[in-house]
Amino acid sequence: MSPSSTQEREALQSVTQSGYKWGFETDIEMEFAPQGLSEEIIRLISAKKGDPDWLLAWRLEAFAAWRKMEEPHWGLLHYPPIDYQALRYYAAPKRKPGPKSLDEVDPKLLETYAKLGIPLKEQAVLAGVAAETEAPAQIAVDAVFDSVSVATTFRQRLADAGVIFCSISEAIREHPDLVRRYLGSVVPAGDNYFAALNAAVFTDGSFVFVPRGVRCPMELSTYFRINARNTGQFERTLIVAEPGAQVSYLEGCTAPQRDENQLHAAVVELIAEEDASIKYSTVQNWYPGDAEGKGGVYNFVTKRGDCRGARAKISWTQVETGSAITWKYPSCLLRGEGSVGEFYSVAVTTNHQQADTGTKMIHIGANTTSTIVSKGISAGFSNNTYRGQVKVMPRAHNAHNHTQCDSLLIGDKCGAHTVPYIESRNATARLEHEATTSKIADDQLFYCRQRGLTEEDAVNLIVNGFCKEVLKELPMEFAVEAQKLLAVSLEGSVG
Amino acid sequence: MLEIKGLTAGVEGKQILNGIDLVVPSGEVHAIMGPNGSGKSTLSYVLSGRDGYEVTGGSASFDGHDLLEMPPEARAAAGLFLAFQYPVELPGVNNANFLRAALNAQRRARGEEELDSVAFLKLARAATKKLSMANDLLRRNVNVGFSGGEKKRNEVLQMAILRPKLAILDETDSGLDIDALRIVSEGVNAQRGPDFSALVITHYQRLLDYIVPDKVHVLARGRIVRTGGPELARELEETGYASVLAEVA
Repeated sequence: MSPSSTQEREALQSVTQSGYKWGFETDIEMEFAPQGLSEEIIRLISAKKGDPDWLLAWRLEAFAAWRKMEEPHWGLLHYPPIDYQALRYYAAPKRKPGPKSLDEVDPKLLETYAKLGIPLKEQAVLAGVAAETEAPAQIAVDAVFDSVSVATTFRQRLADAGVIFCSISEAIREHPDLVRRYLGSVVPAGDNYFAALNAAVFTDGSFVFVPRGVRCPMELSTYFRINARNTGQFERTLIVAEPGAQVSYLEGCTAPQRDENQLHAAVVELIAEEDASIKYSTVQNWYPGDAEGKGGVYNFVTKRGDCRGARAKISWTQVETGSAITWKYPSCLLRGEGSVGEFYSVAVTTNHQQADTGTKMIHIGANTTSTIVSKGISAGFSNNTYRGQVKVMPRAHNAHNHTQCDSLLIGDKCGAHTVPYIESRNATARLEHEATTSKIADDQLFYCRQRGLTEEDAVNLIVNGFCKEVLKELPMEFAVEAQKLLAVSLEGSVG
Repeated sequence: MLEIKGLTAGVEGKQILNGIDLVVPSGEVHAIMGPNGSGKSTLSYVLSGRDGYEVTGGSASFDGHDLLEMPPEARAAAGLFLAFQYPVELPGVNNANFLRAALNAQRRARGEEELDSVAFLKLARAATKKLSMANDLLRRNVNVGFSGGEKKRNEVLQMAILRPKLAILDETDSGLDIDALRIVSEGVNAQRGPDFSALVITHYQRLLDYIVPDKVHVLARGRIVRTGGPELARELEETGYASVLAEVA
């Protein structure tokens, strides 16, 4: 990372790259762990983070489990073997110990986030949105750069409401009992291959705790940025909503444009107690690789929410436009009586991207309901798979699921696949599954163009219409961004 | 003014238009009649620029624009509107949003100021009312779940909002009951004026009782074989196309 290469790279990108606008690299002095993964490396990461003993023990247990596991290959995904020993598992911008206020954050980092349109100033809102809303909504942001959280905004205002929003490293230091109580309680350390890897080496992520009866006064969001080369990002997010609490949380992700692949294996755990509700939205825009399929992020993510109490509600909304490989199934355990799980998803794949994504709705308690709306859009040579499981356990009387699964094809070299698994062990369950596959037809494009729209505007209009049910679930500030992102992702995919 | 000279065109190597000569001066409505397979729809697609229709010779200009050189959206911005024989469904796309996007795209292309949503809705509601159409037509998704008659009315509503200078109506009367036929015809007649011209393609004389044309052309085997006044349509209704075709052969 020589200083001059950054400028050259940017100049080159402005010429060669129209699709991915977040592919720049930040030249900043970094601290790395040596390449490879071993008990020694885990001890090093743990020491860097100042982990308590119980956490180190948990990591080592996860690592031992991981070593006995095999990488899963049941997804409809093809990629060369990942060399886990060639990666680095820790990278952090060098800094003086403990910069706590925004003024102390390295200006280069502030600049990076400014360039990405992410406000790390407390009066700001997301770039491009301010002009369109009369009274700009305030959004608290936690910014994670490679392995560490670099800044969290609006902490005081949230603290006044009783809400804890900080990096998970800080939570481990400041609220160890809370973290210990909930960490791994939804996604255990040995849950699956990638979750075990994450548990062993996770370095940062966000922590949210909303106490009993509190409605979080603003949107919370975390912005993940991979910058360093050959470094995996393994963040862990934990959100707890006590009885009657409500919170809406959004995560966004980008990475520099690189020829080699980058590994991202995150874990997200949500806990909703009685009458609590958590709304979790994702706009995933990791670098997808170039038009020939070179480079891009491998995104292997485990996200699970636990509706522990009666009438708890967990809602996942995701707009997935990035990554070379996406392997991700945000799920809900519906344990509390009358609890509600929702999954709204738009997954766009173009060029040589591959996405295998969906959800699991596990109905355990009586009168539980779940809704699944999945919209897959495939263009270029990409493959887009919806994989979803709906399971009704014996005591889940009157469980109800509705699944709507639609695929839209652009061009004739891409693929759309739908793989639903439905299992009911209670005769009172009502399970509905609808699936459609359609193509943007020439006559639709011509109809739009005859009315005066360009071909690209016509595609955007049709795609946005196709995704409308999902986009309306996003917090308003982000729906506009998501629409723009869809437009950018599909640029040049027709004709 | 639409001016077509010696236009030859086809699909997949098969020539369908064998040299069309036609002039539609501004302010006039011309009807094109003809048997199935005579090239009526091909003419409307060639004029509006649909992919897959290959022009092999001749020219077509509109108000000084060389139509054949322009992409479909530029022809639309220049004032050309095609009312489709089979209007296309756009699932999830709200009719009002679609029309506003289309109108603003045209206005942008012409260097005019775009309409905000309030101004647009005012315009759209007025047009809907004038055509005695239900306001919910604007809220519904473009042509999705519309009856055949509703789809044709929606075409006329779009025409009323986009205000083209030249409208091509491709068998807009097919599948319409008598009430819908009246509403559609009134919609077209309301546009008539010195700056509006239309090419009304139809099989039947019936439509021309409502939209009285200045001229009637008979298209057969890819050529205009006869031209006359409104009485020509009535003559064809009585004698059929056989006599005309016999003359050509």
